[in-house]
Amino acid sequence: MIYQTVIGLEVHLQLKTKTKAFCSCAIDFGQAPNSGCCVVCLGFPGTLPVYNKEALNSAIKVALAFNCKIQEHTKFDRKNYFYPDLPKGYQISQYDLPLSKNGFLDIMVEQNFKRIGITRIHLEEDAGKLIHEGEISLVDFNRVGIPLLEIVSEPDLNSPQEAFDYLTNLKSILEYLDVSDCDMEKGSLRCDANISLRLVGAKELGVKAELKNMNSFKGVKDALTYEVKRQADLLDAGQNLQQDTRLWDAQKNITVSMRSKEGAKDYRYFPDPDLTVFIIEAAMIAQIKTQLPELPQEKMQRFMRDYALAEYDARILVNSKKDANFSEECINSYPGKEKKSIVNWLIGPLLAEANCRKLKLHELGINQKELVSLIGFVDRGEISFLCAKSVLTQMLDTKKSVQVLITQGNLLQISDAGELEQIIQAVFAENEKSVMDFKSGKTNALMFLVGQVMKKSSGKANPKVVSDLIQRKLA
Amino acid sequence: MELNQLTAHELLKKLADKTISVEAVQRALDAQIKKTEKQVRAYVRMDEAKEQDLVASGNLSGLPITIKDNICTQGLKTECCSKILNNFIPPYDATVITKLKNSGAQIFPLKANMDEFAFGPSANPWNLECVPGGSSGGSAAAVASDEAIWALGSDTGGSIRQPASFCGVVGLKPTYGRVSRFGLIAFASSLDQIGPITKDVEDAAILTKIISGYDSHDSTSVNIAVPDYLKNLTNDIKGIKIGIPKEYFVQGLDPEVKIIIEEAINKLQSLGAISKQVSLPHTEYAVPVYYIIATAEASSNLARFDGVQYGYRAKSDNLIQMYKQTRAQGLGDEAKRRILLGTFALSHGYYDAYYLRALKVRTLIKQDFDQVFKDFDCIVAPVSATPAFKMGERTTDPLKMYLSDIYTISVNLAGIPAISIPCGFTKKGLPVGLQIMAKAFDEEMIFKVAHAFEQNTPWHKVKPKL
Amino acid sequence: MSIDKEIVKHIAHLSRIELQDNELDKISGQLRDILGFIDKISVLDIKDVSPASHILPISNVLREDIAHLSLSLEKVLENAPSKKGNFFTVPKIIE
Repeated sequence: MIYQTVIGLEVHLQLKTKTKAFCSCAIDFGQAPNSGCCVVCLGFPGTLPVYNKEALNSAIKVALAFNCKIQEHTKFDRKNYFYPDLPKGYQISQYDLPLSKNGFLDIMVEQNFKRIGITRIHLEEDAGKLIHEGEISLVDFNRVGIPLLEIVSEPDLNSPQEAFDYLTNLKSILEYLDVSDCDMEKGSLRCDANISLRLVGAKELGVKAELKNMNSFKGVKDALTYEVKRQADLLDAGQNLQQDTRLWDAQKNITVSMRSKEGAKDYRYFPDPDLTVFIIEAAMIAQIKTQLPELPQEKMQRFMRDYALAEYDARILVNSKKDANFSEECINSYPGKEKKSIVNWLIGPLLAEANCRKLKLHELGINQKELVSLIGFVDRGEISFLCAKSVLTQMLDTKKSVQVLITQGNLLQISDAGELEQIIQAVFAENEKSVMDFKSGKTNALMFLVGQVMKKSSGKANPKVVSDLIQRKLA
Repeated sequence: MELNQLTAHELLKKLADKTISVEAVQRALDAQIKKTEKQVRAYVRMDEAKEQDLVASGNLSGLPITIKDNICTQGLKTECCSKILNNFIPPYDATVITKLKNSGAQIFPLKANMDEFAFGPSANPWNLECVPGGSSGGSAAAVASDEAIWALGSDTGGSIRQPASFCGVVGLKPTYGRVSRFGLIAFASSLDQIGPITKDVEDAAILTKIISGYDSHDSTSVNIAVPDYLKNLTNDIKGIKIGIPKEYFVQGLDPEVKIIIEEAINKLQSLGAISKQVSLPHTEYAVPVYYIIATAEASSNLARFDGVQYGYRAKSDNLIQMYKQTRAQGLGDEAKRRILLGTFALSHGYYDAYYLRALKVRTLIKQDFDQVFKDFDCIVAPVSATPAFKMGERTTDPLKMYLSDIYTISVNLAGIPAISIPCGFTKKGLPVGLQIMAKAFDEEMIFKVAHAFEQNTPWHKVKPKL
Repeated sequence: MSIDKEIVKHIAHLSRIELQDNELDKISGQLRDILGFIDKISVLDIKDVSPASHILPISNVLREDIAHLSLSLEKVLENAPSKKGNFFTVPKIIE
């Protein structure tokens, strides 16, 4: 049977404000347990919350970056449940009037871009940490009260790979905003996934499983991949699926059912009477918009416009903030108004080197002056493009300068007609058939002959000059 | 008169003149407590009282003030008189406590009794077989018996005004947002306010000025300047327009109380006020609305009493059992009942019919008052349908208990200020309180009217025979 | 609105309060009476009334992102019914 996979992702993001959401405790991850708390975040009797202005600003920035509609009247609600890491017996969160709704994020699927809807982005606070130790659990409240954003996607993702790409794109945009460390391993970004299968063409969603405990983007992808197969096998066998919460076991590479006997949870949401409503006026949103850095979407459009890049190429360059910065610095270092050359180098040889070394562009450690110098040699026809690529590799491997490498490698291109004549004659002598072919109209033969001259000259001949010379000689 | 029988403003004058020392006041209080506390039971944890250094400084010259056991006092046990908060020592002061200390008050080392009455109920100093009212019963009993000069209580649905009325003292619930709630152990967040319980109106005005004001720790604290309420004690209420809500004078109001209230209204008229009947049409819905909203909020506010970080914890090797046993054993019956009711009102499937609906009716109740205050300066009404009832008379019937809040509850729902001042006694010698309400942040009007009434009547000078 | 024992049991579980059987009976009866009384608000026409979820006309109360000193570990744990080293301890969860 062929099933369509339907995935929705819930991301929790810790904001890197200086202080917690509702109290003035400094957020400091290096502290000893229970050393970064106060009466408010501990939920001591009589204490009251006051929301962090910077957290609200950051949240609005995120909402804008994902093209969400910002709710003009928004409020906090209490989500009531009992757990040792939840001191007040409720989490301050948002229910029916979240900060923002109806946004989107684009990902690339097979050379096309696909729009993934973002249902809502809302504000809440983090809980403490439990450490299980035999018959007891230890509770550390340092993390309680750290401001969180919950980002919920529409179930628009249709494969584990798309989920992975959604997360990487999400992270790259968030890095642009600099509002969070976005580190899944450290816990500043957490992801739960909802996945169900349905027959292709079916309108209704299948029974979903909620997956938790993934510690990396790859973990999310792997867990979803496992789950697709598990659910498909069950459906093929004619079994009915039950709505389930499952934990990813990264050691065994399986998901395991949590099967809580509780049934549907009743959180008894109601508006938190200890906090006021928030009126987010257009003026405030406009003000925050001016604080936004140029976001990937805008930067991509600009790269396409200014540097005549195809969307695909532009997307690659802007995908990470650091790569985008690196690219812009390179482009700006390149003299003159015509930037085509350097742009081609970025999306061509540099990207190839980065991919081959499994590094990001900005991690190559390349000196921009050197790069510009290298390209200059090619522009002036002093070395061939082919040679230059090899020089680039050597630059990255040996850290030697362009000048040194070109001189040492004796790589200067031969453009002198006199020198080339000799090689060309030799090639003509060795390839009489090709010469005949060209003379009788087979234009491919020209390329072949040029290639032979390149070979004989160890790549140093200037191919354009060679081509011109050959054509003149055989005219 | 003994020093402890004087009002705070009388004592402050003597302290300023240096004709008495604050130690002498303390001694007088101690003597009174020795004499009557066994019968009155205004205070709790008597045996744990710590000696305190008296610092006679600031505007209040070290004068002691009694604090209800639900207001956090740093280093001094604060338990809400409940087993669930057994041994809780707050590491911080409530904002009102900080303000009092900054004014030079001494926080009395004994906290005042309150519902849940884990230590047994207080008694009404006017008749020891009767209740003092609740939940600030201990504070009111202490002031009435001169075991305290003045006190702080808290009012969620009448819990300052009712005990003040039953005990023949003055009790004010300020406008919601006037006094910081930071440090007040929350029951119903949108209704709770801390307020003074005092021997006369002037003392209430002094205290209200000290404890009021914007607090950045409380998001529901309003940033409006605090007036000098003493300026309103002019003994002149000529032309003041008083509304008398007809819905408060229906069947159920004790006939004796009715007569006393009517006489009090006549008194106000004789002082130049103009009274007229008004209508608060949604009055009959106030009690049900209150009991949905207050219990819903309380069910959430009391969830933190789970035995994890502070207070009582039942022994168990299983977390869920630990929670259930802790709360079953630690919480009193009334607290449990309210939590269950509140949880029900918020639960899935019932939220719209109960909680949401109650919020909407609350709007209607508030609008009733807004409408009246367009044409009237204040509203005058009874505090309670009956005088203090005998202990045990009502506690077996929660519904009857709830109905006794009928005259005080609307005020909390509307967020407006209201005071209870003594206005007479029943034939059996039980005090009756007169309630004066004003629009939001108009405590000035309340003090003006209350003070004028008080200065022209003898009630505030009568003391119980203990 | 009728409130039977099963609902009260469920509510007691949601509230994490253990009720004995005799308590359950008594409380169910009391809650029934109270709810019967509360039901009188169901007759009101509240179609166009907005809910008073906040009684004060204030909004946007926020705090600057400036750190203040946290509570000392000693004070944090002072009231703990059970602790181990730096941590509060609780019994483990048994489903």
